[in-house]
Amino acid sequence: MFPAPFDYQRAHSIDEALAALAAHGDDARILAGGQSLIPAMRFRLARPAVLIDINPIASLAYVRENDGYLAVGAGARDFALETTPVVSSRYPLLADVCAVVADPVVRQMGTVVGSLCHNDPAGDWPVAALAAHASVVIRGKGGERVVSIDDFLVDSYTTAVGEGEMALEVRFPTPQARTAGAYMKIERKVGDFATAAAATRVTLAADGTIANASIALGAAGPKGFRVVEAERALVGAKPSNAAIAAAMEAARNAADPIADTRGTVIFKKQMAGVLVERALRKTFARLGLEDVR
Amino acid sequence: MKISVTVNGTAYEREVEPRTLLAYFLRENLGLTGTHVGCDTSSCGCCVVLMDGDRAVKSCTMFAVMADGHEITTIEGFKSGGKLHPMQQAFSDQHGLQCGYCTPGMMATAIAFLKTNPNPNEAEIRDALSGNLCRCTGYNNIVKAVLQAAAELSAPAEPVAAS
Amino acid sequence: MSTTEVPTNGRHAMGLPMKRKEDARFIAGKGRYVDDIVLPNMLYLAIVHSPYPHAKIVKIDKTAALAVPGVKAVITADDLAGVNLAWIPTFHGYDKQMVLAVGKVLYQYQEVAAVVATSREAAADGVELVDVEYEPLEPVVDPFVAKTDKTLVREDRENKTNHIYHWEVGKRAETDAALAGSEVKIKERVYFQRCHPAPLEPCGCVADMNPATGTLTLYMTSQAPHAHRTVISLVTGIPEDKIHVISPDIGGGFGNKVPIYAGYVCSAVASIVTGVPVKWIETRTENLTTTGFARDYHMDVEIGATKEGKVTALKVTTVADHGAFDAAADPTKYPAGMFGICTGSYDFPIAFTELDAYFTNKAPGGVAYRCSFRVTEASYAIERGMDFLALKLGQDPAEVRLRNFVRKDQFPYATPLGFVYDSGDYHTTLNKALDIIGYKELRKEQAEKRARGELMGIGISTFTEVVGAGPSKHFDIMGIKMFDSAEIRIHPTGSGIVRAGTKSQGQGHETTWAQIVAEELGLDPLNLMVEEGDTDTAPYGLGTYASRSTPVAGAALAMAARRVREKARKIAAHVLEAPEADVEWIDYKFQVKGVPSKTITMKEIAFAAYTNPGPNEPGLEATYYYDPPNLTFPYGAYIAVVEIDKETGYTHVRRFLAIDDCGTVINPMIVEGQIHGGLTEGYAIAFMQEIAYDENGNNLQPNFTEYLIPTSLETPKWETSSTCNPSPHHPIGAKGVGESPNVGSPAAFVNAVMDALSPLGIKHIDMPLTRDKVWRAMEAAKTP
Repeated sequence: MFPAPFDYQRAHSIDEALAALAAHGDDARILAGGQSLIPAMRFRLARPAVLIDINPIASLAYVRENDGYLAVGAGARDFALETTPVVSSRYPLLADVCAVVADPVVRQMGTVVGSLCHNDPAGDWPVAALAAHASVVIRGKGGERVVSIDDFLVDSYTTAVGEGEMALEVRFPTPQARTAGAYMKIERKVGDFATAAAATRVTLAADGTIANASIALGAAGPKGFRVVEAERALVGAKPSNAAIAAAMEAARNAADPIADTRGTVIFKKQMAGVLVERALRKTFARLGLEDVR
Repeated sequence: MKISVTVNGTAYEREVEPRTLLAYFLRENLGLTGTHVGCDTSSCGCCVVLMDGDRAVKSCTMFAVMADGHEITTIEGFKSGGKLHPMQQAFSDQHGLQCGYCTPGMMATAIAFLKTNPNPNEAEIRDALSGNLCRCTGYNNIVKAVLQAAAELSAPAEPVAAS
Repeated sequence: MSTTEVPTNGRHAMGLPMKRKEDARFIAGKGRYVDDIVLPNMLYLAIVHSPYPHAKIVKIDKTAALAVPGVKAVITADDLAGVNLAWIPTFHGYDKQMVLAVGKVLYQYQEVAAVVATSREAAADGVELVDVEYEPLEPVVDPFVAKTDKTLVREDRENKTNHIYHWEVGKRAETDAALAGSEVKIKERVYFQRCHPAPLEPCGCVADMNPATGTLTLYMTSQAPHAHRTVISLVTGIPEDKIHVISPDIGGGFGNKVPIYAGYVCSAVASIVTGVPVKWIETRTENLTTTGFARDYHMDVEIGATKEGKVTALKVTTVADHGAFDAAADPTKYPAGMFGICTGSYDFPIAFTELDAYFTNKAPGGVAYRCSFRVTEASYAIERGMDFLALKLGQDPAEVRLRNFVRKDQFPYATPLGFVYDSGDYHTTLNKALDIIGYKELRKEQAEKRARGELMGIGISTFTEVVGAGPSKHFDIMGIKMFDSAEIRIHPTGSGIVRAGTKSQGQGHETTWAQIVAEELGLDPLNLMVEEGDTDTAPYGLGTYASRSTPVAGAALAMAARRVREKARKIAAHVLEAPEADVEWIDYKFQVKGVPSKTITMKEIAFAAYTNPGPNEPGLEATYYYDPPNLTFPYGAYIAVVEIDKETGYTHVRRFLAIDDCGTVINPMIVEGQIHGGLTEGYAIAFMQEIAYDENGNNLQPNFTEYLIPTSLETPKWETSSTCNPSPHHPIGAKGVGESPNVGSPAAFVNAVMDALSPLGIKHIDMPLTRDKVWRAMEAAKTP
């Protein structure tokens, strides 16, 4: 209920934050939205000796389209994506996620980059980022590097951010023409961890076949992951019931959830498939294909 | 450490531990007990206050030190000019409260929501309030209260009576 | 502004949707809950909990905790034993429970020690450092395994068995014979899962022993402040006049704030020892894992019927899981509460019910969450039972109910299990529900959808419940009879103060009690101040739970008001210079018979009572302690319409209609609000709530991320209506209603889901009807 004591430092610039991280090493944690960290600290499951608050770094609170990608700064709240017009018009997959992360109030403080760094197995942003082929900008003593989301998400609650480093930005490539995506999740109620979650993104070729497909699952393993077999089943095929069924089957097989109060393994695996189907149909509808058979 | 925070229009400078949660700072350091604590997992929303006027935040999931330099509005600050905020009046008019424990946070979330969506429909209201729990009312009347407040807040100002 | 602007049916205050007087402080954030109370030099108490469900306590080392800056004391059972408080009686009276664990822990999260410190944070730091050495023992979590006595939960009891008691009522042999001879029979096991009332305000207290006066003031989240005061006096030895319990604003009760918890006792002891106030406020985790749970009944329902579908007999056999102590807060003679209401709304010629209760390594409790003393369990059993019967008969469940209802002309109706129902008209109420919901059209729509393989269901629950405990002949809590009380004093200028022995936790008594008195006296309810919860000033009452306030205290208020009116009549006679016998109360004023110009209002009488009482005793005041002649029997007809997503097992509640009959309605707005809240609880129970323990005794729902409270998004939009069959024995005909929605709705939801699934051959799924369970049932039904 009440965290263990800790030291607190405010960072007013990225350099200040990095200097503080360098000084304290493993003992320090970055505090952004705090919507995952603070609850863990209240239960004393997390006990950082030092918190480095990056909320004062106003320059990190951006959501903007750069050349070829949507850049979301480490200080940008979930809510900011909900209210940025370009997100709902050009990044429907991300808009879907905005509406279902945590709850509407938590979204006012929680950050996208923070969620990615937390990498909860049932987190929404990692799944969407995988389907969107995102990348993450990390900076540390050794300079700055851009890491693909696949390399960034290492394991449950573990990412590629190393000691003395900080994630500064996540980049979502601007979808090409004839691309759409969707995110679906099953939760017992608003705010619950996902029972199952799926993100899909499809690009159609000029001839109407699927040129590119990304299928990612959440709450189906130690971390979110892409279902390569499902993607293979779709690429080259025309959107059809058969293609969807093949993707569903692959998702169901690949899903590796744990049994818990949200459901049995067999149920969750089945839901992985069901959500892939529903997300695909929504994706196809967004591409103008309302009645795929 | 020392923090400077404006709460309901009054500037305060106070000494806090870094681990002091904002909800407890408001309740105990400032004596503003209108903000409540109902859970330990950021689930219930009884603790919601407004930050910088229009951002609803769960004050049990924030440290007081994070509020340094910011403005916080609690239920004690919703009224203005000696008059109740339309949301406060609407909650009573529509019987949107019974035990009153969730009410401060519920109203804070609703007030912030109407700033982003001044004319919501019922489904939008239910979605916007889904981070705030209530055990007593079953939400029907809370939704009606928010609809009433929305109507009142977006109504044109009363014309001045001719003398 | 007065409410007399728009009277309904010429009534002055009764039946008006008057806005609540208590709202003013709550909407301004000026409520005064226990955690809002701050006293000088106050210390904070926090509790150390056991991670083990069953273990010996080898030793407790306080050293490290005591070294934390700010920690003043660490209390264990040994310290409590020194003041004879290691054990306290449970509310049911036949068992005792540990305050802090004595030698052993018996459930996960059980309280083991208490830390007193100068701040909450320091107390939490201290809690972490109390070093407890445990020797884990094998837990028993299944009551059917507890039944075998392989592992004993309670070594302290004289009888070395996990079997707590056996209870039965009715005629066993005749019922068995009737069942055996019935043309049609059903027998099904239904489980009402353990759940938890979880009000948003957790339990807590500020204990303040004044060393100079020897008075212990206890600000406490209490639904029954007087009962608590008496029990505290009995267990501590402090004289009752030196104990002052104040239950201020309470943020929801639902039965959670009836038992006495370790935190209260330890805070009182800590205050006595330190000489300063001590505050204890539990966390949500503590609330869910240690305070009184609800339900946990495994029930076998057997119903016999003729082949035309007329019921012949009912038998319900129950195994009750009580956790580690028998702390179910039932009236003394009713260990299974009012479970005998299980014949429900139906005219069973013969019935029998028996129950066996067992200890397990789980938290204690059992009676909570708007259960009316186990009526929720009984109602669920019979309403599911009638649907099983309808399924077996191949008949419509509405038809089966209508055929078997107790008829209006049979009231007052004596059930085979000992209740005498006061009034009711079940046929009218159900038919009204069927009409409003458009039942025939819905069944048509269902047939069309079924032909397409879609799963639509309609579920009915026509419950009768029993509240208003209760007549002194039968009802007591730890020996104290279950009357309730009212005290009314009218001031010279015509306003007044009204005090009752009940304690609102959101039910709106400050408004409804004023309405009752205003109606009787022709005064403005806005000028009748209502007070509850302070044992120094309120008349002695048994508190608010089990929907007893309106039936019992509401009656006391009306009767006290009539005593006031009777005294006022005497004063009126004096002022009007007429014989007493000629003074009549007409149209909310006194009038001399035959002389309509000679009238006087109650407001005028009030002034006269102090300025010109004549030969009468001055003042205008009365008290009434009401011993109800019977319980009351609110009832209802609820209908749920659902659609099940075949792929995910999700149930969408398309419509839910609740028709309630609680007799006279004091404030329809407040009644409707109570229904909405209770239906939401019933919805949660039906679809998402349980407190489950795994086979190792771990509590799987220790916080709100697992014990689920529905949000505004999941919660259906409730539709309500009413019928009105007043209680003939109640002074204003009111029955009470707060718990009806929780009593009646779970079965409506479950009946609807089972109705939707019946084409698949699925007969029953236990609550909560999660997606996973419904989906797996559908999958299992696919395999031939």
